[in-house]
Amino acid sequence: MRSIGYLLIGIFFGIVMFKSEAASWFRIYEMFQFQSFHMYGIMGSALLLGVIGVQIIKRKNLKSFFGERISFIPKEKGFSRYMYGGIIFGLGWALAGACPGPIFTLIGAGFLPILIVFIGSLLGTFLYGLLRKRLPH
Amino acid sequence: MEWIFEPWPWYVSGPLIAFTMFLLIFIGKQFGMSSNLRTMCTMCGADSKADFFDFDWKSQRWNLIVVAGAIIGGFIGANLLSDDLSVAINPDTVTILEDLGFNSAGKAYLPTEIYSWEAVGGIKALIILLVGGILIGFGARYAGGCTSGHAISGLSNLQLPSLIAVTGFFIGGLVMVHLLFPLIF
Repeated sequence: MRSIGYLLIGIFFGIVMFKSEAASWFRIYEMFQFQSFHMYGIMGSALLLGVIGVQIIKRKNLKSFFGERISFIPKEKGFSRYMYGGIIFGLGWALAGACPGPIFTLIGAGFLPILIVFIGSLLGTFLYGLLRKRLPH
Repeated sequence: MEWIFEPWPWYVSGPLIAFTMFLLIFIGKQFGMSSNLRTMCTMCGADSKADFFDFDWKSQRWNLIVVAGAIIGGFIGANLLSDDLSVAINPDTVTILEDLGFNSAGKAYLPTEIYSWEAVGGIKALIILLVGGILIGFGARYAGGCTSGHAISGLSNLQLPSLIAVTGFFIGGLVMVHLLFPLIF
């Protein structure tokens, strides 16, 4: 039953990623050129509602659909991993014009050369796993 | 209902992304896409090469189902909910891109100069897509999340690490577009 829920959420997310054009290389480029409000509007409005909603959930102690407690796992403290990792991610985001969600969306949309980006992202993840202990975190 | 076939404006899309995150929160999960790449590495046997991949991947099965949904959603968005796939970016951006050799700017969803099999056969595009992917995968795991996990989920929960990561995303993106693109294209 829950699996159908996950699938429907994923389908919804995929449609939104595609129709919002957040999965378009051109929109990412335009964002980094500061020549459109579109991507900032998407992230800003998602974030504004996100911050408000999370605060409401926390203050009202809202429960999940299944009556469970909702817990937000805080991110581990640190600086290096977030800054260095973030910069590396940003370089790839701008070059390939896609982040992980849209990579999957674009596979479904039929832009099959995105599979090369997907394979690259698996290789990159694997490479991180191999080098993790030697990297500053 | 005509609007549904047009590109969706930011004030529709942004709230719908927040809605996606809250659906996951209320189903008892956290919104994050890039962790699926780690799960897939483990499924391919990476756990025998590095202990980073040594975890019970079945605990992440739910997120893989979300991924399957995102693929189906992409199919529906492109084939059933769109008349015209071209992305109407700013004309000034089109001019800059045309100068860089992207003549598909303003006329397509993705630049055919790198996202077509014809281009990929020319090796340069293949390397660009592969390197882009490697940077995305490596950076997302190093930073512990991507646009969904940090920029949306993490910042919604006012996490300082996420703010640092998102600052990094933008530094990297700006360096790529403004300093490296003129060298690459």
